[in-house]
Amino acid sequence: MNIHEFQAKDILKRYGVAVPRGAMVTTPEQAQAAARDLGGGLCVVKAQIHAGGRGKAGGVKIARGPDETAARAAEMLGKKLITHQTGPEGRMVRRVLIEEGLNIEREIYLAIVLDRAQSRVAVIASPEGGVEIEQVAENQPEKIFKESVDPVIGLAAFQIRRLAGKLALGPELARRFGAVARGLYRAFDECDASLAEINPLIVTDASEMLALDAKMNFDSNAFFRQQEILALRDLDEEDPLEVEASRYDLSYIALDGNIACMVNGAGLAMATMDIIKLYGGEPANFLDVGGGADKEKVANAYRILLGDARVRGVLINIFGGIMRCDVLAQGVVEAAQQTSHKVPMVVRMQGTNVEQGRKILADSGLTITTAETMAEAAEKIVHAVKS
Amino acid sequence: MSILVGRDTRVLTQGITGATGQFHTKACKEYGTQMVGGVTPGKGGTAFEGIPIFDTVERAVKETAANATVIYVPPPFAADAILEAADANIPLIICITEGVPIRDMIRVKRYLAGRSSQLLGPNCPGVITPGQCKIGIMPGHIHQPGKVGVVSRSGTLTYEAVDQLSRLGLGQSTCVGIGGDPVHGFEFVDVLKLFNDDADTEAVVMIGEIGGSAEEEAAAWIKANMRKPVAGFIAGQTAPPGKRMGHAGAIIAGGKGTAQEKIAAMRQAGVRMASSPATIGQTMQEALAH
Repeated sequence: MNIHEFQAKDILKRYGVAVPRGAMVTTPEQAQAAARDLGGGLCVVKAQIHAGGRGKAGGVKIARGPDETAARAAEMLGKKLITHQTGPEGRMVRRVLIEEGLNIEREIYLAIVLDRAQSRVAVIASPEGGVEIEQVAENQPEKIFKESVDPVIGLAAFQIRRLAGKLALGPELARRFGAVARGLYRAFDECDASLAEINPLIVTDASEMLALDAKMNFDSNAFFRQQEILALRDLDEEDPLEVEASRYDLSYIALDGNIACMVNGAGLAMATMDIIKLYGGEPANFLDVGGGADKEKVANAYRILLGDARVRGVLINIFGGIMRCDVLAQGVVEAAQQTSHKVPMVVRMQGTNVEQGRKILADSGLTITTAETMAEAAEKIVHAVKS
Repeated sequence: MSILVGRDTRVLTQGITGATGQFHTKACKEYGTQMVGGVTPGKGGTAFEGIPIFDTVERAVKETAANATVIYVPPPFAADAILEAADANIPLIICITEGVPIRDMIRVKRYLAGRSSQLLGPNCPGVITPGQCKIGIMPGHIHQPGKVGVVSRSGTLTYEAVDQLSRLGLGQSTCVGIGGDPVHGFEFVDVLKLFNDDADTEAVVMIGEIGGSAEEEAAAWIKANMRKPVAGFIAGQTAPPGKRMGHAGAIIAGGKGTAQEKIAAMRQAGVRMASSPATIGQTMQEALAH
């Protein structure tokens, strides 16, 4: 799960990481007041959406004084911001962050990430802050420094000293950097984050060290013990059908195509998308109904699939060991009878009670094509959608 | 004798009194697996389907001489269940539970370092040596004893591949699901090493998916060491970047972990790649014929 910049900064502040003074606002009037509270000087207006690339897309603007701050905020609020990460449809800006303007001397990159190959967390630092770290990694890999963290020890003092040395920070800045790195690690660890990134971590002309931008992602598996983090979820930033699906414990991702698919298991669901493409079609979604899906869950899944107006056909691919095909068939038939959005449907199922399942589909009066194999199913649905 | 599990494997179920634990313990017992005990704190002294239940893993091992354990306990308690099994020095720990926090798994892996226990999973279907021993949630009936080893990050996609193999008359030595989480026990390379040294395995099917670099590492190992033909498939060729495709580990992040990179690395290592998930069995057949 992602959160907004202002939320990530609130968390970091609690862990002793300095951030610029500022306030999150939702109207130009509030923006003006916030600028006044900050002293009436130079301000930065930052659109709060869950996507990067805001600067280049016009989502970060400098303003001189409260009136200009209000004007810049008015230009952003209620408008769609299109960055290279939002896709062509863009994201609605509902909030902006007003921050004090600062004189920047240096920009550093600092992040905590999961290092899958080591099964550990790693601290990544680079003197090249303020740009996309993937580009630095590609063009100047020698400028990326990494420390692997022992989960029992935590981030050790010598590791922080080593990073500060590589970043060529003087004694006073090294001390401040230590506080930031320790705070960022603790925030990552205690909040079950999967990413905590400060880019850039700036040094001002007054030798202050602050997180100018902050990004945090969280491990959804840990939400049972992270209620405070879960409360930061912004449903406006998510696809409405994905939100609906998560309510029924369905794993659904919207895609751009017109063939909806319902599958059990994540790997098979991905493979089903792949085979649709292989036969010349385009998948409309990823949907994993999970292992022991019951009739209601299948019916809800079907309803969500058809909630996408672009869908022109449905492919159901269930390889059940445990999943009962009669239950699946009942759920599909009930949901299909209730929906007004009628499209061709191909069902391929393997597993317990498969004959009973086929009979339910055949007796339903619905136009449902069955298939024996994945290839046959993909071929049939692609053909049905194209004709 | 195939790998990891066989006729002599004596299995405990941790979380034997929950609905999932009961269902699968029964199914594995019916398959012929030696289910020798169960563990649920507070339920010691009772039994399920004639299988004795203990309060602790330590006690269960002492009483039953179990050498493998399978874990179905809910996510908040799964890491502790693995630690308890490792503390009791059970050689093979299989964690089926889906949804274990990454932070917990990082600590579990640290605890396991230098110990004798090996971990499979979490978020995996388990392991089966057809006709001998099934531990986990896979449907036993689609498997056939034979000479093809199967290793995969997926569950149902593995069943699909196994079904294709069985229909072509290609039985399996052992099928291992390593799981779809970013931090887990057995890696592809660990399982490939075992298959390479196993006299009963003649060829291997390896099924990967987007995210991480485990397939690339496996490809490098195959290129340098593998003496047996390998057929492969990578799921998620159409997956968009930045979106988690169900499995916690199946995500293309920062342009890394794409199916295209993995397919190229495996091809380069001499792995025969199936272009469609419907032709995994056929691709194995072709690799064996060459």
